[in-house]
Amino acid sequence: MEIFKHEIRQGRMALFVWTAAISFMIGICIMIYPEISSQMGEVSNMFAGMGSFSQAFGMDKINFGEFTGFFSVECGNVLGLGGAFFAAIIGISALAKEEKEHTAEFLLAHPVSRAEIISGKLFAIAAQIVILNVAVIAVTVLSVIAIGEDVPVKTFAMLFFAYFMMQFETAAVTFGISAFLSHNSFGAGIAIAAVFYFLNIVANLTEQAEILKYITPFGYTEGADIIMDNAINGRYLAAGIIFTVAGTVISFWKYQRKDIL
Amino acid sequence: MKAITTDHLAKYYGKSRGIVDVNLSVDKGDFFGFIGPNGAGKSTTIRILLGLIKATDGTAEILGQDVQKYKTSILKKTGYLPSEASLYSNMRVKDVIRLSANLRKTDCRAEAQKLCDRLGLDTSKKVSELSLGNRKKTCIVCAMQHKPELYIFDEPTSGLDPLIQHEFYSILKERNKEGATVFLSSHVLSEIQRYCKHAAVIREGKLILSDSVDKLGNTGAKRVTLRGVCSIHGLKHTRDVKITQDTVSFLYSGEPVLLLKALSTLPVTDVTISEPDLEEVFMHYYTKEDGCGNL
Repeated sequence: MEIFKHEIRQGRMALFVWTAAISFMIGICIMIYPEISSQMGEVSNMFAGMGSFSQAFGMDKINFGEFTGFFSVECGNVLGLGGAFFAAIIGISALAKEEKEHTAEFLLAHPVSRAEIISGKLFAIAAQIVILNVAVIAVTVLSVIAIGEDVPVKTFAMLFFAYFMMQFETAAVTFGISAFLSHNSFGAGIAIAAVFYFLNIVANLTEQAEILKYITPFGYTEGADIIMDNAINGRYLAAGIIFTVAGTVISFWKYQRKDIL
Repeated sequence: MKAITTDHLAKYYGKSRGIVDVNLSVDKGDFFGFIGPNGAGKSTTIRILLGLIKATDGTAEILGQDVQKYKTSILKKTGYLPSEASLYSNMRVKDVIRLSANLRKTDCRAEAQKLCDRLGLDTSKKVSELSLGNRKKTCIVCAMQHKPELYIFDEPTSGLDPLIQHEFYSILKERNKEGATVFLSSHVLSEIQRYCKHAAVIREGKLILSDSVDKLGNTGAKRVTLRGVCSIHGLKHTRDVKITQDTVSFLYSGEPVLLLKALSTLPVTDVTISEPDLEEVFMHYYTKEDGCGNL
């Protein structure tokens, strides 16, 4: 519990900044919707005619003129990318930062098992992701109400659940990698999140690359697919859960055997 | 009961040597110094004792418990001061001290306050604003506030000014009198001579001797200083020969009668024969070219 509280205290500023930035961006996106919705018919036709570009971002499958379609692409990218970067940064730095700054020696000289340290840090990461998403959902709902649109409860529930799972998967995978590092690597975390994002774009472009949807957590957060199918793709999500569990198990396995130098 | 025992303890980092076949024995209630040059294996040994790294071979026990199997239980009874004194830079000193106490699930506020007062530590400052000495003081408070049975300190006085060093050793002596065991590594041999009852010397990963500090200093060798000569050719059992103009100084470990015979043939104007200080004794063990224990 002390490790959990300590991690939350250590990460509170970063959490505040990322939550504020993502919420602000999503709020702005929603607020500008009424102004541009009148031009959406033309925009949708334009996107439909942009071939691979629209395909890459799933914009060929949805009606950009409808609020849910607009939200899933515009706001989805903000929360998708922003959330993934945040999750990757807190995941990759959770264990490695202690070794880089030699605070692991301080921590591990106390009667706290390594399993407790990993659990405390994982729960803190999960809590930070929950806090970020709750704040973003609150800002989203209030913004939607403010512009006079109906809140698409089921669609939002599916989208936000998918984003949460994606962020947690990204954090778990980078956390697992963090157990192997002895220096902090924000760069590696951001690169992993970016690779996940681009793998999904490649998978959107050609059916032959569908396998990539199983690898990247962005596979099951594809707003266009969720809206069209009115469901999250269970197979992609299952693969994501396997990666999440694998990242977590690997972090326990490695960190408990690791020499802290 | 032994406070620390290691049995053929070895650690290799890949192919690099950490420590080799270290057999260490520290009695409960002892004030034990662990001496060796940089890279000799002092910190490696300490890190194995604390469970920070795993031994490649051999076993280590603290207070009768295996360091790997009973790590958490051992750490409850141990206070550790790392040589680097790295702390969370964005925290205040009082928060670091409280975090340490909370991690031990112990209310140490009264003892922490006493230690801060004695060491002159301002707890309202941020760690990032602290000098090495003040970071070290913070670590000392964290390591001592729960009054452990065993203190393991790695280079404790580096960065501390002489007054605080004196106060720090006063506190350690008080704890030692109360029954606690102190195990500290140091480069400062005068500290070891002044405060420790026993000491061990480690060089190139191997423990080369372990004995009482009195015995370690009492090796039978004498520091001989001769005036009026500039060489001592023909005299055996000499080491650490220093020649300056008309003065020759050396450590002599042979028969006294042979020394006197040799001196009678030399144009000596003045002779001083004294006990070597501990520093001189240990320098012998530190240097690679000399044999071990041949003083």
